[in-house]
Amino acid sequence: MRIDVMKTYKLFIGGAFPRSESGRSYELKDKKGEFIANPALASRKDLRDAVVAAKAAFSGWSHATAYNRGQILYRMAEMLEGRSAQFISEIKALEGVTEAAARKQVQDSIDLWVWYAGWTDKISTTAGGTNPIAGPYYNFTMPEPLGVIGVIADEKESLLGLTRGLAPVIASGNTAVLIASEVRPLPAISLAEVIATSDLPAGVVNILTGSKSELIPWLASHMEVDGIDISGAEKKSDVEIKKAGVENLKRIHRFGKEESLKRILSFMEYKTVWHPIGI
Amino acid sequence: MSADIFEYSPAPESRAVVKLQNDYGHFINGKWVAPLSKKKFASINPATEEILAKVSQGSAADIDKAVKAARIAYNKVWSKTKPRERSKYLFRIARLIQERSREFAVLETLDNGKPIRETRDVDIPLAAAHFFYHAGWADKLEYAGYGENPKAYGVVAQIIPWNFPLLMLAWKVAPALATGNTVVLKPAETTPLTALLFAEICQQAELPAGVVNIVTGDGQTGADLVNHKDIDKVAFTGSTEVGKLIANSIAGRGIPATLELGGKGANIVFDDAPIDEAVEGIINGIFFNQGHVCCAGSRLLLQESIVDDFINKLQSRMSKIRVGDPLDKNTDLGAINSAAQLSKIRELSDSGTKEGANIWSAPCSLPSKGFWFPPTIFTGVTQAHRIAREEIFGPVLSVLTFRTPQEALEKANNTPFGLSAGIWTDKGSKILWAAQELKAGVIWANTFNKFDPASPFGGYKESGWGREGGRHGLAAYIKGAK
Amino acid sequence: MSKLIDGSESSLRAFLDNLPGVDKVGAESRAAMLGTRSIKTKSKARAIDLAIRMVDLTTLEGADTPGKVRSLCAKALRPDPTDPSVPHVGAICVYNDMVKVARDYLDSIGGNSIPVAAVSTAFPSGRASMDVKLRDTKDAIDAGAAEIDMVIDRGAFLSGKFGLVFDEIESIKELCGDKAHLKVILETGELATYDNVRKASYLAMLAGADFIKTSTGKVTPAATPPVVLVMLEAVRDFYALTGKRIGVKPAGGIRTTKDAIKQLVLVNETAGPDWLSPDLFRIGASALLNDLLLQRMKLRNGRYSSANYVTVD
Repeated sequence: MRIDVMKTYKLFIGGAFPRSESGRSYELKDKKGEFIANPALASRKDLRDAVVAAKAAFSGWSHATAYNRGQILYRMAEMLEGRSAQFISEIKALEGVTEAAARKQVQDSIDLWVWYAGWTDKISTTAGGTNPIAGPYYNFTMPEPLGVIGVIADEKESLLGLTRGLAPVIASGNTAVLIASEVRPLPAISLAEVIATSDLPAGVVNILTGSKSELIPWLASHMEVDGIDISGAEKKSDVEIKKAGVENLKRIHRFGKEESLKRILSFMEYKTVWHPIGI
Repeated sequence: MSADIFEYSPAPESRAVVKLQNDYGHFINGKWVAPLSKKKFASINPATEEILAKVSQGSAADIDKAVKAARIAYNKVWSKTKPRERSKYLFRIARLIQERSREFAVLETLDNGKPIRETRDVDIPLAAAHFFYHAGWADKLEYAGYGENPKAYGVVAQIIPWNFPLLMLAWKVAPALATGNTVVLKPAETTPLTALLFAEICQQAELPAGVVNIVTGDGQTGADLVNHKDIDKVAFTGSTEVGKLIANSIAGRGIPATLELGGKGANIVFDDAPIDEAVEGIINGIFFNQGHVCCAGSRLLLQESIVDDFINKLQSRMSKIRVGDPLDKNTDLGAINSAAQLSKIRELSDSGTKEGANIWSAPCSLPSKGFWFPPTIFTGVTQAHRIAREEIFGPVLSVLTFRTPQEALEKANNTPFGLSAGIWTDKGSKILWAAQELKAGVIWANTFNKFDPASPFGGYKESGWGREGGRHGLAAYIKGAK
Repeated sequence: MSKLIDGSESSLRAFLDNLPGVDKVGAESRAAMLGTRSIKTKSKARAIDLAIRMVDLTTLEGADTPGKVRSLCAKALRPDPTDPSVPHVGAICVYNDMVKVARDYLDSIGGNSIPVAAVSTAFPSGRASMDVKLRDTKDAIDAGAAEIDMVIDRGAFLSGKFGLVFDEIESIKELCGDKAHLKVILETGELATYDNVRKASYLAMLAGADFIKTSTGKVTPAATPPVVLVMLEAVRDFYALTGKRIGVKPAGGIRTTKDAIKQLVLVNETAGPDWLSPDLFRIGASALLNDLLLQRMKLRNGRYSSANYVTVD
């Protein structure tokens, strides 16, 4: 009988896979109560490091051409397609769903990455434009990414939920710190492996596993974080999160299952430029 | 310090990556089919006059077969294919072009005569990008500003020119498919080979049969396609002359057309231009692609106060243009696409001299076989010269002067064409003023001949109808959209 | 120069401000296009040998010792001990207190034709009094330096004190007289824009530079292709204006044969073949030489070589 090599599930920060600086982990069991793994239990310092990495990656990612970002997101879909089996088995084990349901979730996730990949070079066309000023001025408005965005992953659909949050955030040039589902973290960590093979620059996406109640307050109050998608947080903590985010006026939003341009624009700002017209 | 201290040795790209067949049929309903007519014609390499392959002269019956296949594919398959799935087919095509890019680049250079550096660095990457961009629109049409549920036309007839064969194919096929149409495409007579290779891409992408059909042939095949009773839309890029014939033949039939025709673009250089980059821009504007560009900056409008210095710099720069074997990676200017085109260029160039303009050609040695014309500039040109009014479609620049910005604009707009224009100045407000006044569909400021799938392209006046690329370009293939 | 400027600060300023601007995107794309030139076989072999002859083999470290400098000099004269057909480099470049060591050693091993260049004027920062800068230069010339690589005062340039920068160059040039040729380092990485690189190039040439040099090698970015393109355009146009040919020296960041050949192509297609000589084009480098030798070996032997087959200096 062959002994499998068991996988160690680590964090994903700045393109590397460190353990938590706290050295902690927690026990993860599947739907049947069997032991699966000891994922890292991220600390506030890990979160701090993730924000540093995301901030450092922002300039390069936001200055990449939209075409380049689209190519990379599409590459993620290619890599994800190749690893479907791995994700299907993780979802089945953690969510207790059928093979068919798990496969559908994986395929929907892949297709959603493709959908957002196709958005990157269409955002400013649809949401920006020239404005007719009553005077000899050329005036245009363009949407721009904000910076570092926190994404709190959905607890229910462990791959599709986090894709709904993460893809629109990075498509526009933001960088992200993702807090994975506590009880279903494995697809998030496997996604980190997909990211690491997709030409996505280090630090654009950082993934932390652990206790949401421990990490979210630090994310919400961090002055270097510009926005948060709280769709995956418990509704009862919304007020607390928003109050913690007041200090730097974080753009905090909760969405349902929608897949839309709105999710992209929610983490963008509009810049308007004027220039005289004349010889 | 001799001039040949740094001669570049030949650096030819290998032809081995291309596998040419001796002859080709048509690509109809997802398969290679033998043509119904036995007529074939040769596609030659214009740099050497060697025969590359024989292709079929599509008959009216071949066209009919293709249109029928496109119609069935539209009704039964493509109109029922979910937008997200349509999108993924197009992404596949984009990736496959990227994967086989070297093969396409070499084949394009062999068939068209343009330098490998251009096919490798411009034509093929842009073609892939065009599919990539439009793949992303296929499942987002409700965001494109044409209503909540935009509809396709159905079967689209597309005729493309020989100057950017694969790129023009991408400009036509990508948006048509993205919006849900099926296609019958007729490539140019002198450059069918990359279109035929594209058929292989369609097969590798598992594109449903009949969604793209390719029928080769000459002008008659194109006319048969345009005149077919069961097409819903025509898209054509080519000469204004043929564009008008097409407009004529569809009048009253209830079929719209997009026409991308000729131009006589004015490249305006003001005295406060960034001079070295302006020189590069003028060179690029008229000598890129041997001047076989509808939006070429074929008229230089130069501010009179900087004429002498600028012309000197231009001529000095022209002397560095490397003319020769298109497969050599260091070649800047390749062959003229055909004997017919060469003769047109010569005729107009001769008229320039006859009408009193001053000709200067960069000294270069031209190969003995093939079709070649040296980079040439005419100074002392006025609006009344034929070379200032008629499209030469070759590496010939006509230089006119102006005194004031208003005069520059007046001369720039004084043409029945309206495709492109260039503005060279460091002053921002002047750029915006000139852009506002110029009657051209594409205006380049401090750059030229830049293309991107996100940027709409097309002309005013006799340069055509409609736009290609960008959100605006989708309108060409959405029923009822403008 | 009298017909271009009249000696006053305002005339200098007017001249410099009146130069045509450089469009960044256009300049970078022209440089990038020239970077796609494919230089192979015979032309590559010639380019490599030419590049070797143009190298200013450099050591500018706080830890430099006479032993290190002598080792460099031996390499400069005989880059490849197994192949006498390899030409010697263009010059040795050291700090001024190492000039005598270099000159004496070179003379003792038969390297009389290799000049010693010294960096001066409080290299690399240029932040010192004029007296110190003059003394710095004088020391180098007295010790036997035939070339002086001075730095301009970038602080003065960026705050618009063109006259000050001009006067400093003029004074150093006067000190050099006919004993040494003067290279003026613009430190293009600190000038930040191509417009400034163009202005500084002209300023240096008007003040008497024999060569304009991109960088000290201590700041990045240094000798990027578009920066060198702009400087080559400046010397080309200056020649048209005055009949005087000024040399160009890129330094910093040119590590591979590919980089060096790109530079030669820039020269060839911008200023022209007349500049393809160590008299008018030098490359400030250290690691480059070994890569040139490795590529040279590959062309001769037909196989990729290894670091074991070139010497450390």
